[in-house]
Amino acid sequence: MTSFLPPSDRIWWKTPIGKQEIVWIGIALVWCLIMFFMMPYWHIYGKQNLSNEAYQTTPARFQAKVDEMVTKYQIGEEAGLPVVRPPAGSDIYMLGRLWQWYPILDLEKDKSYRLHLSSMDWQHGFSLQPVNINLQILPGYEMVLTITPDQAGEYAVICNEYCGIGHHTMLGKIYVREN
Amino acid sequence: MAQFRVCPDSGFYFDKSAESLIKVNAVAAAVSLLLAGILALGVILTRWQDVHLLPADVFYQVLTAHGLNALIFWCIFFEVAIMYFAASTLLRTRLAAPNWAWAGFALMVIGAVMNNVAVYQGNSSVMMTSYVPMQAAPHFYLGLILFAVGALIGCFVFLGTLVIAKEDKTYEGSIPLVTFGALTACIIAVFTIASGAIILVPTFLWSIGYINHIDAAMYRVIWWALGHSSQQINVAAHVSVWYLIVGVLFAARPMSEKVSRSAFLLYIFFLQLASAHHILVDPGISSEWKVFNTSYAMYLAVLASMIHGLTVPGSMEVAQRAKGYTKGMFEWLRKAPWGNPVFSGFFFSLVIFGFIGGITGVVMGTEQINIIIHNTIYVPAHFHATVAVGTTLAFMALTYLLIPVLFRRALFLPWVAKMQPYVFTVGMTLMILFMLGAGTLGVSRRHWDMNFTGAALSFEYPGTAYLMMAVAGVGGVLAVLGGGMYLLVTVGSLLFGKKLDESAGLFQSFGVPLAAGVYNISQPDRLMMAPKLAVEEHGSGGFEAPGTFVLAMALLVSFVVYYFINWDYLASVWPLS
Repeated sequence: MTSFLPPSDRIWWKTPIGKQEIVWIGIALVWCLIMFFMMPYWHIYGKQNLSNEAYQTTPARFQAKVDEMVTKYQIGEEAGLPVVRPPAGSDIYMLGRLWQWYPILDLEKDKSYRLHLSSMDWQHGFSLQPVNINLQILPGYEMVLTITPDQAGEYAVICNEYCGIGHHTMLGKIYVREN
Repeated sequence: MAQFRVCPDSGFYFDKSAESLIKVNAVAAAVSLLLAGILALGVILTRWQDVHLLPADVFYQVLTAHGLNALIFWCIFFEVAIMYFAASTLLRTRLAAPNWAWAGFALMVIGAVMNNVAVYQGNSSVMMTSYVPMQAAPHFYLGLILFAVGALIGCFVFLGTLVIAKEDKTYEGSIPLVTFGALTACIIAVFTIASGAIILVPTFLWSIGYINHIDAAMYRVIWWALGHSSQQINVAAHVSVWYLIVGVLFAARPMSEKVSRSAFLLYIFFLQLASAHHILVDPGISSEWKVFNTSYAMYLAVLASMIHGLTVPGSMEVAQRAKGYTKGMFEWLRKAPWGNPVFSGFFFSLVIFGFIGGITGVVMGTEQINIIIHNTIYVPAHFHATVAVGTTLAFMALTYLLIPVLFRRALFLPWVAKMQPYVFTVGMTLMILFMLGAGTLGVSRRHWDMNFTGAALSFEYPGTAYLMMAVAGVGGVLAVLGGGMYLLVTVGSLLFGKKLDESAGLFQSFGVPLAAGVYNISQPDRLMMAPKLAVEEHGSGGFEAPGTFVLAMALLVSFVVYYFINWDYLASVWPLS
C-alpha cells in the first residue's frame, strides 16, 4: 500500500532500519568488495591480463609493418594467405580487413610473442577459437599484447564484431607447434 | 473545470490529458513490441542452424531492427507512460504542459518510424550500436535523435508535473517510493539522452558529409554512455514497477523507505558507469579506468540491486505473514496468487532478472573475465535475462494491472493472460540458458552462419554448440509465442474487452478520453501519508521476512560459485599480458 503513498513518517530518513536489511546489506557489501579486489588481485597474481599498450596508427602504417614481417618470415601459403613463422619472442602482426585476418601465424608452444592487432577498415572482433580469447579491434588503433600459447594445435580466428555482409566468411588461423 | 476521474476499482485519480498521453505511449510501446517480436522470430530461426531461415543481408537487417524496436522504442515509450502515471496519477495532479507532452510524443513516433524505415530500406544494417566507421543512411541517425528529443521532452514534462504537485500541495509529506523510482529513471534518462546527443549528432553530421572522421574508440566510449545507460533507465523503471505491484496486490509497505530510496540513489550515482562493460577489451583504455568503472565504483550499484532484491519480495512476505500465511518459511509465497498474471509476471521478472541477468552481468563485466565472453552469444543471453524478462515481463504484468484501471476495459481472454507469463518465462529462460552455454563455447553474436560457408579457411564448432543453439531456438520460438499471447490479450482487451465505464467509442483505447461525464472531479482529495503501523516492528530482533532471506542467500551462493567458476575458466586460457 505505501509503495505508492507518501511514507508514513514525514522524516522517513531518520527511521531505524530493520535488522534483516542491515545484515543483508552487510553481507552484500562484503561480497561487492571481494569482487572489486579480485580484479587488481588478478592483475598481480593472475596470468590472463590485457596490457595497457596501444598506439594510434593508420591503416597504411600498420599494413607496412605486417608486410615487413611477411616478407621476412614467410614459410608457405594456405588458401591464398601467407603462412608466417616469426622467431620466438618477436613482435608479430595480424590485421583484420573485409573479410580476412592476415596473415596466418605459425608459433611455437610455450614461447611468448608480442602480438600487434589493428583493423584496415571497420571494427572487427578478434575471437580465437576454441581457446575463446576475444578482443575488440579498431581502425586507427594498434593493440599490443603478449601471448604465450600453451597448447599445440590449430586455432581459428573468427570475426565476432559485425562487419557487413561477408562477416561470417572472415576467418583466420594460428598454428602452434610443439618445440 | 472538472478534468479528473476516479477509478472506482483502484481509487486512482486520472487527469484527462495525462490519461490520454499514458494510453498513447503505452499503445506505441505495444506496437514496437509487436515489431520486435516478429523480427525476433527471423533472428531465432536463422541462428538455429538447422533452420537457417533468412539470407545474410536480410538477417542483419532484421537483427538491427529487432534490437532497436525492443531495446529502445518498446522500453522508452512504455517508460514515458510510467513517468506520467507515477507523477500525475500517483500524485493526483494535473500533467504539466500537455501540449509539450504531445509534441514530445509526436517526435518520438516520427523518430521511431524514420529509423525503422531507414533500416527496412536496406542501407542501414549497422546493428543498434552503429559502430563507426560503418555508416548508415542519415535518417537512421536523425530518427534516433528525434526520438531522443521527444523522450527528453517527456522527462521535463514529468519533472514539471512533480513541481506542480508540490506547488499545489496535492500530497502530504514526501513523494511515494514508486514516484521516487520513476524520478530515478528520469534522471538517468536525461544523462542518457545527453550522451546520445553528444555522439549521435556528430555521427549524423558525418553521415551527410559535414564531418570527415569519427574516432572509433571515442565513439564506443560515448555511444555506450547512451547504450548501456538506456538499459539502466529500464532497471530503475522496472524496480519501481515491482514496488508498485507488491503495493497494489498485497498492500505491502516497503520494509524501510530509507533503505529502498538510498538504493535508488546509488543507481543515480553509479549505475551509468556500467557503460565501461562494453569496452573492457578495447585498445587504448587503461586498466585502472576499466576496473573502477566496470565495478560501478566498487559495485555500489550492484549493492543497490541486491538491496531491492531483498526488500521487494521481503515487503511482500511481511504483508503476507500479517495476513496469516505464517506456516514454515514459504507459505507466504506458496499461497500467493499464482493464477494472476500481474503477480506471476512480476515474480518471474524479479527471479530471472536477479538470478540470471544480474549474476551473468556482473561476471562478464569483470575486467579480465570479459576476455572469454566479449561479443559471444553469452552477451545477448545476459541482456535478454535483464531486459526481455526483467523489464519486459514487469511491464507486461503492469499492463494487466492497468487495462481495467486506465483503459476501463475488462481483460480479453483472461485464461490466455493467466498462462502468458509462464509460457514467456519458460521460453525465454530456455533460450537464455542455452545461449549462455553456446557463448561459453565461443559462438559469436551477430553472426549469420556458424558453418562459415564461403570462407577461405574453415573452423568447426563442437556439436554441443549446434545443439545448444537449436534448444535456444526452440526456447526463442516459445518466447515469441508468449509475447504474441501478451499482444493478443492487450490488443483484444482494448478492442473487445467489456467496457467498465461510460465509453467514448472505439478510440477511447487509443488516446481519446472516456465519455465526458466520467470526468466529474475538479480537484482530487489530497493524497495523505500512509497510515502508521500500529506496532513498530523495526529493530525487534528477529527477521521479519525469513523466507526472503533464505532466497537472498541462495542468490548469493549461486553468485559466488558461478563467479569463481568463471575465474577458473579464465585461468585455463593462454597466458596474456
